[in-house]
Amino acid sequence: MKNAAPRIRGLVKRSGRAAILVFFVTFLAFPFYWMLITTFKTTRDLYNTAYNPYLFHDPPTWHHLHVLFQDTQYVQWLANTAFVGVLVVAITLLLAVPAAYALARMTGSWAQNLGIAIFLTYLVPPTILFIPFSRIISDLGLQDSLWSLVLVYPSFTVPFCTWLLMGFFKAIPRDLEDAAMIDGLSRFGAFLKVVLPISVAGMLTAVIFAFTLVLQEFVYGVTFITSSASYTVSVGVPTFLVRGDVYFWGSMMGACLIVSVPIAIIYNLFVDRFVVGFTVGAIK
Amino acid sequence: MRSPVTVVQAPTRRFGFSLGRLADSDRWLLRFMLAPTIVYIVLLVGFPFLLSLYYSLSDATVASQELHFVGLENFERIIASHTFWIALKNTVIITVISQVLVITFANVLAIALISDFRGKWFVRFLILLPWVAPISLSSIGWLWIFDSIYSIINWTAQAVGLFGPHYWPIWLGEPHLAMASIIVVQVWRMLPLATIIILAGLSSIPKDIHDAAAADGAGFWLHLFAITLPLVAPVGVVALLFGIVFTFTDLIVVFVLTRGGPYDTTQVLTSWAYFTGIQGGDLAGGAAISLFLLPVLVAVSIIFLRFARRAEVAG
Repeated sequence: MKNAAPRIRGLVKRSGRAAILVFFVTFLAFPFYWMLITTFKTTRDLYNTAYNPYLFHDPPTWHHLHVLFQDTQYVQWLANTAFVGVLVVAITLLLAVPAAYALARMTGSWAQNLGIAIFLTYLVPPTILFIPFSRIISDLGLQDSLWSLVLVYPSFTVPFCTWLLMGFFKAIPRDLEDAAMIDGLSRFGAFLKVVLPISVAGMLTAVIFAFTLVLQEFVYGVTFITSSASYTVSVGVPTFLVRGDVYFWGSMMGACLIVSVPIAIIYNLFVDRFVVGFTVGAIK
Repeated sequence: MRSPVTVVQAPTRRFGFSLGRLADSDRWLLRFMLAPTIVYIVLLVGFPFLLSLYYSLSDATVASQELHFVGLENFERIIASHTFWIALKNTVIITVISQVLVITFANVLAIALISDFRGKWFVRFLILLPWVAPISLSSIGWLWIFDSIYSIINWTAQAVGLFGPHYWPIWLGEPHLAMASIIVVQVWRMLPLATIIILAGLSSIPKDIHDAAAADGAGFWLHLFAITLPLVAPVGVVALLFGIVFTFTDLIVVFVLTRGGPYDTTQVLTSWAYFTGIQGGDLAGGAAISLFLLPVLVAVSIIFLRFARRAEVAG
């Protein structure tokens, strides 16, 4: 009985933690669980209020996913998103990687200020820029074209990825490049042959982050694109799977899950690296 | 392996530059590497931003061929509008309430997550889902959860006896409930980022400090309020700043859940700017409305700037 008190305290602590985790995980993950259930329920099952909605009364059905892939432009939207995503990621890397390296290696206070300034442009929201952009895009004749998104999306992927990669390059010791330069490489050669190969992890982080931002973007998409064949997933599903008052709940929930879960798994692998960018130097 | 030190020393002197300092040609190379990004940002963030300022002082519409300067007319028109004050009030209410809840919850959740346990990877995956999923799609999930006839919240609350048999709230159809619903979704989507940021802050507190406090006999609550929370505060502020920016400037949640309805009662600045500027074609009015987001963004930027500066001095 002597060491009952600490044991009880430990038990209280552990069950307290479990209770907190159960509560918040339920709150945060429930909508996705609910999407999963809804995706596989028959329409009759969904719309009968006498049934317990947590249970399947009719056997699970592929019907909603079948509708999603056969009768809607979902596949087209996925392809559009991939097209825009790949190009935006490529542009982002081409711009952000050299810029981040330059900012990491430049000396003097104005280089540091420039780095911070680039980060701050990430805070300028689409909801301020979308109105002038709507006019710019139509003047460029890019209305309704996926190229409008390819042009504009790097405006938010480049600042954050530059910031992220700048921190990454700063952590690479200069001696490595100096040694390579002594061995006869130019600075640019040292960047290409020494720095880039050991920065693959950092660049992969930037790729995933940029692609996730493209996948999530809605404001520019809904502003520039009007024909359903050119929608991305995040715009197509909320605007086109709702016809008048008819909501294709099963198909919409499936559409959301298919996009969200894979990206969340990949994101989860890299999350600690993103956090470094998000803490803005408040953590050493 | 050759020793880099010996190889490095001699040639540096011969070429006349010391280690760690850049040659002139290198300095130009770095500028060239940086230039495309600066140009891109100036053209695709700076220019539209200035255009937005210009539009707000003009009579621009979707169809107009030439613009006329109208001074502050748009702003006067907006301030005179009843909807503006509703939208401003809603934007502030949604941001303040949701961020107070997010920061509180994120601290609780991060402290619960700090120690290792089995299945932590999966728990973290579930917690991150709302942040990673495209919010325009997950808001549709919430639309279904708040459905007027099939709301799972209502069904569950009735089943466990929380709601009486005849109480069936229409979440998105009644102004106060609709505002509450929007706040719930904003908390839901911003909580993961704040939790992860604060968790990183908690993990960076040196273990000695915890050990010292434990040795001095500090209990759980004293430890929490005297050691943990003050040390995690700076990073908590960063989480809060991101939360404020992302919530204050968000269009999607309101757009998907209520479209500003019922009767404009849940309109926010961004949604009203969209309906005025894009759907209504009044670019000048829309630009002027969206510029009311600016004071908060400027304030947040200044605080961020201080953080980044301080981090530099410390680093």
